[in-house]
Amino acid sequence: MASLWQYANPQKFLQTTGAVLPVLAVLTALTLVVGLVWGFFFTPDDYRQGATVKIIYLHVPSALMAINAWLMMLVASLVWLVRRHHVSALAARAAAPVGLTMTAIALLTGAIWGQPMWGTWWAWDPRLTSFLILGLFYLGYIALWSAIENPDAAADLTTVLCMVGSVFALLSRYAVNFWNQGLHQGASLSMDAEENVADVFYIPLLVCIAGFVLLFITLVLLRTRTEIRARRISALLARERMA
Amino acid sequence: MIALLSRDLALAVRAGGGFGLGLAFFLIVTVLVPFGVGPDSAILSKIAPGILWVGALLACLLSLDRIFALDFEDGSLDLLATAPIPLEGVVAMKAAAHWLTTGLPLVLAAPVLGVLLNLAPAAMGWLVLSLALGTPALSVIGAFGAALTVGLKRGGLLLSLLVLPLYMPTLLFGAELVARGAAGLATMVPTLMLAGITLGACALLPFAAAAALRVNLR
Amino acid sequence: MELTVSDLSCARGGIAVLEGVGFTLHPGNALLLRGPNGIGKTTLLRTLAGLQPALAGRVSAPPEAIAYAAHADGLKATLSVAENLTFWARIFGTSGIDAALTAFNLCDLADRQAQNLSAGQKRRLGLARLLVTGRPIWMLDEPTVSLDAASVTLFGQAIRAHLDSGGMALIATHIDLGLDADKLDVTQFRALPQRLDAFDEAFA
Repeated sequence: MASLWQYANPQKFLQTTGAVLPVLAVLTALTLVVGLVWGFFFTPDDYRQGATVKIIYLHVPSALMAINAWLMMLVASLVWLVRRHHVSALAARAAAPVGLTMTAIALLTGAIWGQPMWGTWWAWDPRLTSFLILGLFYLGYIALWSAIENPDAAADLTTVLCMVGSVFALLSRYAVNFWNQGLHQGASLSMDAEENVADVFYIPLLVCIAGFVLLFITLVLLRTRTEIRARRISALLARERMA
Repeated sequence: MIALLSRDLALAVRAGGGFGLGLAFFLIVTVLVPFGVGPDSAILSKIAPGILWVGALLACLLSLDRIFALDFEDGSLDLLATAPIPLEGVVAMKAAAHWLTTGLPLVLAAPVLGVLLNLAPAAMGWLVLSLALGTPALSVIGAFGAALTVGLKRGGLLLSLLVLPLYMPTLLFGAELVARGAAGLATMVPTLMLAGITLGACALLPFAAAAALRVNLR
Repeated sequence: MELTVSDLSCARGGIAVLEGVGFTLHPGNALLLRGPNGIGKTTLLRTLAGLQPALAGRVSAPPEAIAYAAHADGLKATLSVAENLTFWARIFGTSGIDAALTAFNLCDLADRQAQNLSAGQKRRLGLARLLVTGRPIWMLDEPTVSLDAASVTLFGQAIRAHLDSGGMALIATHIDLGLDADKLDVTQFRALPQRLDAFDEAFA
């Protein structure tokens, strides 16, 4: 029976993703173009916020992916811990810079949005602060990966860091909530929220979110392939030294 | 394990430097702040909780990389790893020694520095309490970071990068506790959170740190 | 009570260096590991001491029986000779360091700080640590480095006393210790250069 774990073989992974990636890339581009064009040009201006509201189509999806990238890293790290599949560890490594970029986009678009709305680029609001801290966790994680030479040791140590970091990231999230009530509105996308985003904005936003998810998957697969090849090169070099 | 603790304390006392260095650093940071923000006592007393906590945190950070690095270099860590005491116990004792030589002096010196920064008299007790509750967490979290980076040639900077985000909740609740104490507000929640973080860190992080040490020793 | 190693593979830096290592060590016996530099003697000893995982194979030894001594002696410069030894005795839950001091002729130096010892004296202190561990299987990595002839003799006597009392020793060394011991040339277990560990194999 075909098992999911067969894709943990680097060879099999390269073959499969090699076939899937072009399709995925086209799909990503289509979804993003449709979602963003729809959002930017075919939705009405908000009655209070005017045209500035349209940055939501970049801000919300990138913020979602910034968090989900860390979750994906955590899951991939746990898979490495339990099953010792190298592709899993490399996927976690590959996701980190993507997650960091998403965090940066969320913070930047947030600042651009916040300036006209709140009259300030930055405020020590719980959500903003949490994202800044998340960015710091990404930085530490990436730095630890690149500081350690032995790939297995690096995978093990970053896994430990990712697990401990997840606990502390949650703790920080709670701590900053307690610390400052903040300017940022609550999550406007939850289904039962009283004050929800109107459908005209909601549907193109969903398309954009789908586009960002696809973009994330594409980038992580691409980067994982690169990491596998880098690992292969170092294995070949090691073999040459031994000979 | 008590043997390990007493050896580390003896080493810290004899090596000079390490013992008083954190304390001196704490003093200097605190003294420098008024030169930066001006001598206005109203402003100073408002920012004093934050300054004292950030100063204590940086002073702790200063000596973190010594927790395991010295034992790693002279081979003691290899020998300790093959000794009958569990590596988790080694981590716990090392963190305890770090706290006794760095954290505890900071706790004791803090009221004096609080006077320098014009901290409200009502907040003095809270300052000591918050540091006493919080600094053990700083030592244990630091020991975890030190365990992650022990094998690296230039781990010091990386250690700070890894540890500082982990210090965030402790710093936040610690400074908040002092600020609330100074303003005469309810202090129950930050006190309990601070104690909870410290207890949780002391209970769980030695296992993570020992796992990291095992990876770094092989 | 014996140390049995069968079909053991061990790696350094993720690359297999030795494979198929097998031997048995009985109480009262010593085994000398031979082989050129870089062949993997240290890696083998660290694997057997449990400091790094083996790639494959089995090591069966009684629990908590191995005392390991590496190149580094694990001495603290600001502690005296007696304090260094007492520390390890307490860690290993034994008492009495006098026998160890006598065996390595360290009694006169007992109160001197370790930073004021010569390299050979430090080495003797590092070896004296083995006696206070009270463990039956000694694993020694180049134990005679920087020892003079008289100290090597002392060391040989200590080993023989240990073996006579039912202990075992596994020693990576290049010099003749005057021991009646089996020799094991590690070169025969050298991993073929084509063989990387299985995961890297999948990457290549």
